[in-house]
Amino acid sequence: MTVDASPTPLLAAQEICKSFPGVRALQDVQITVPAGRLNAVLGENGAGKSTLMNILSGVFPADAGELLLDGKPIAFRTPREATDAGISIIHQELNLIPYLSVAENIFLGREPLTPLGFVDRKSMNRMAAKLLERLELKVDPRALISSLRVGAQQVVEIAKALSTDARVIIMDEPTSAISEQEVTALFRIITELKRSGVGIIYITHKLDELPQIADDITVLRDGEFITSVPFASVTHDEMVRLMVGRDLADQFPKSSTKFGDEVLRITNLTVRDPQHYDRFLLQEISLHVRRGEVLGLFGLMGAGRTELLQAIFGLYSNSTTGSVVVDGEPMRIDSPAAAIAAGLALAPEDRKLEGLFLPLSVAANASMASLKQTATYGFLSSAKEQRLAEKYATRLRLKTPSLRQQVRNLSGGNQQKVVLSKWLATNPSVLLLDEPTRGIDINSKREIYTLIDELAAEGLGVIVVSSELPEILALADRIVVLSEGRKTAEFTRSEANEECILRAALPTGKACA
Amino acid sequence: MTLSEFKSWAVRFQSVLALSLLVLGLSLATDRFLTVDNTLNVLRQISINVCLSIGMTMIILSGGIDLSVGSMLALAGAVAAGLMKNGITLDRFGVQLQFTVLGGIIAGLVVGTTLGLCNGIAITRFRLPPFVATLGMLSIARGLTMLWTGGFPITSLGDDFGKLGTGYVLGIPMPVCIAAVLVGIFIVVTQRTRFGRYLYAIGGNERAAKLSGINVPKIKLMVYALGGMLAGVAGLLVTARLDSATPNAGTGYELDSIAAVVIGGTSLSGGRGSIWGTVLGCLIIGVLNNGMVLLEVSPFWQQVVKGAVIIVAVAIERANRNES
Repeated sequence: MTVDASPTPLLAAQEICKSFPGVRALQDVQITVPAGRLNAVLGENGAGKSTLMNILSGVFPADAGELLLDGKPIAFRTPREATDAGISIIHQELNLIPYLSVAENIFLGREPLTPLGFVDRKSMNRMAAKLLERLELKVDPRALISSLRVGAQQVVEIAKALSTDARVIIMDEPTSAISEQEVTALFRIITELKRSGVGIIYITHKLDELPQIADDITVLRDGEFITSVPFASVTHDEMVRLMVGRDLADQFPKSSTKFGDEVLRITNLTVRDPQHYDRFLLQEISLHVRRGEVLGLFGLMGAGRTELLQAIFGLYSNSTTGSVVVDGEPMRIDSPAAAIAAGLALAPEDRKLEGLFLPLSVAANASMASLKQTATYGFLSSAKEQRLAEKYATRLRLKTPSLRQQVRNLSGGNQQKVVLSKWLATNPSVLLLDEPTRGIDINSKREIYTLIDELAAEGLGVIVVSSELPEILALADRIVVLSEGRKTAEFTRSEANEECILRAALPTGKACA
Repeated sequence: MTLSEFKSWAVRFQSVLALSLLVLGLSLATDRFLTVDNTLNVLRQISINVCLSIGMTMIILSGGIDLSVGSMLALAGAVAAGLMKNGITLDRFGVQLQFTVLGGIIAGLVVGTTLGLCNGIAITRFRLPPFVATLGMLSIARGLTMLWTGGFPITSLGDDFGKLGTGYVLGIPMPVCIAAVLVGIFIVVTQRTRFGRYLYAIGGNERAAKLSGINVPKIKLMVYALGGMLAGVAGLLVTARLDSATPNAGTGYELDSIAAVVIGGTSLSGGRGSIWGTVLGCLIIGVLNNGMVLLEVSPFWQQVVKGAVIIVAVAIERANRNES
């Protein structure tokens, strides 16, 4: 199946560097793609995979480094230039226009024209049909994108790439949102593409996909290039070790584990999908957390981890049933305000979208959920606000030039500390942390781990949701596993191991004996 | 001062700088500009726009917009004028209610507040985009004004009420005093109160605001109601100044108001800006208008210049924001 690696690869990137304000995203990264081979790019969240792909596809330029296409240096100023050069990217979030047809989407910006300059629908639909046939997708090219399932939309993206005569196709986690059947179809298409000489860069978290498609692997970690080797030469365990690097879980010292009274009890929590009322996001979840305890919540994408935190925080107020008891008091599950009053605090997964007020200062952000403390009769006191922000900035070792600084200028780790400050200022009993280290560099990660540990030691109950197993293993005293909206297993820290947790998280998996 | 220090200083005080240059230029160009009379004249002219723009600033800070201020101004003024002059007859009860000046003023404010509240309800309860909800109100309030007045101005409202528009306090025109007091109050409200902070929070990131336990719908209701009330104030001032409530008063004022807010550096996407900036924006527009009149620039050119100033001001603001 594999084609021998030609001496000049189709596409090569060398010593690519890229920085964003506060973050060094890529440092001397390299990658090569020979014709007819698939190079799988592996790395944890924040490793720099997406940044690299954006550079390869012309979304933004690299600060330093060189791109070679067929051995010749090339630079892209726009995605269009990359497409014209034969490099197409299929983003994780599909870039299709829902109310245009399949054919219109495929040829968007490159519509075939009649001699009079009008769009030639007939030949457009015919060409689209031909492409879809090659990909064995049975849909009408005139159908609206919005009427297609996600898997089919993905194939349309591939058709779009093929229609540009792409020689290199970059796929960013293409299987993250599609069904198993659709995955099989996708892999067949990938095999087909390779046979016809297309080079593929494939980003994924799912190592079990690789045997079916991968020829080479490239590992990134914290924005640095780790290695690039033929897939056949590494074992699964080696790949994991390369991705994770120093094993955080082993290195992270957990302080003593003395638990106090139960601080949160969730009983039979069921959440329906607000859009499809007959579907369940979560079914009959029961769990508890004690003071001083860190409960790890693990599950694959779509397992309902985030939904669980959001539901008890009152964001699914119309479709949630069950009971939540905080500090012995039953809580109304109807709004974030009620949840905060009861003693919950939620640091959301997407800091910028849900946690921070980017144009506002550190002090304003830190005090936002507890303005009652910094105000008298509704009038704010900047002295009180400053004192409150200072207290948590010191406590969380926040690095900022000043508390007047806009939070948009802080690094990811420090932004997360601002979010934590906001919540600690409300004096919560339970801290709900959704992916607390997403997009944060390795050193800040360790700091956040230490903070979480300290906060628990001071008597807070903590729930940590993470898609990174090593993180869960490092932090949690107890681990609850969700799969498809149900609780499938629970482990104590000493019982837990990666394999058992993963098995419980897989929809079809069998529990460890 | 290094160049970069100067630059960041210039960015920060860009509106002040622009206004100063404008004043300096006009003072040199004509000796009729920098006189006490003309200054008071400019201030009186902008006081209406200042009242409207205070509300507009708060609404835009919260991430919204209000296109209906001009119409709300007209209806509030007309209702106040109508009640003061003719009272109201409630046939069903066989009573004829007469309104004092104070009663008329209160009625005008109530009308403005109520209309603003309706905007707020449409936006929070029925989840209409602010643009659409207030576009609807723009038409509704104008139509109601026509119905209430029958299409004719309501005039001769008496000297007591007229003082609101033509009177002086310590030599300063009444409308200027009122606008100045409102500016003071609402600078404090936006900078120093929880409500003000929540406006910035909602405009900066509505989702995060909700997750921080802020009652987003309540704050939005309040800000649109306040916007309506301030339009009511403006309506009373216009009516008192002219001693007449005309059915087409305030037509197009929403655009002047939005222009002042934007020139004053408030971001149309919300979360950034200030009342103070808006006051400067009103002053820039006011001085520009006045200067062009004094220099006898054709009214047609005046419109062209005003439009260009809006575009240039926002373009400069954008460019600087991307740099920092």
